[in-house]
Amino acid sequence: MSASGAAATPDELKQRIEAGIPGASAEVTGDGHHFNAVVSASAFQGLSRIAQHRLVYDVFGAEVGDRIHALSIQTKAPPSGAAANSHSESIA
Amino acid sequence: MSDETNTLRDQIQTAIDDNPVILFMKGTPEQPMCGFSARTVAILQSVGQPFAAVNILPDPRIRQELSGVSNWPTIPQLFIDGEFVGGCDIVTEMYESGELHQALGVEDAPAEAVPSSQAPEPAPLTIENRL
Repeated sequence: MSASGAAATPDELKQRIEAGIPGASAEVTGDGHHFNAVVSASAFQGLSRIAQHRLVYDVFGAEVGDRIHALSIQTKAPPSGAAANSHSESIA
Repeated sequence: MSDETNTLRDQIQTAIDDNPVILFMKGTPEQPMCGFSARTVAILQSVGQPFAAVNILPDPRIRQELSGVSNWPTIPQLFIDGEFVGGCDIVTEMYESGELHQALGVEDAPAEAVPSSQAPEPAPLTIENRL
């Protein structure tokens, strides 16, 4: 843990994702280094999975791999609306 | 930007172009140095398609240049037929949905995935047996 920056928290990541991506809601878990984010956002509609994940990574820029050691991402477009995106019917 | 940097990026691009399936990872398939790289290797091995692997750990510039090529911040990174496919999360999702087999040109779908709620697909082509 560095003196300059406090350790990242799941709540911080959640707030930044929701602030940074239009129409996003996020569930983030993690231990301060490894995080898992499940993100739903209207902005994902029509985007490829890679593009959706990039939007999430872009919120954190160079912090990914550094202050945020690892960030696992699952994305989904919101279920409502005609153009719901296909993948990520997770079984949970 | 130095010539050396450009050369390294060219080498990365050449490796991506020359290998139909290539994984940039931490460590080696025999000795992965990160859980995400280990999981991605295990998935590729389970699909059974041979793949090239590049260990990014020996030189930090590899990761830097690779991320410049792919516009992707994390490791591992999988490329198929010269195209960036994704990291561990996406490869896992694709494996579970059968998309990875499709992308790799392997017929068998993974046993545990894809509930067979649909009627079986008709054979894509009728091939006349001339033997």
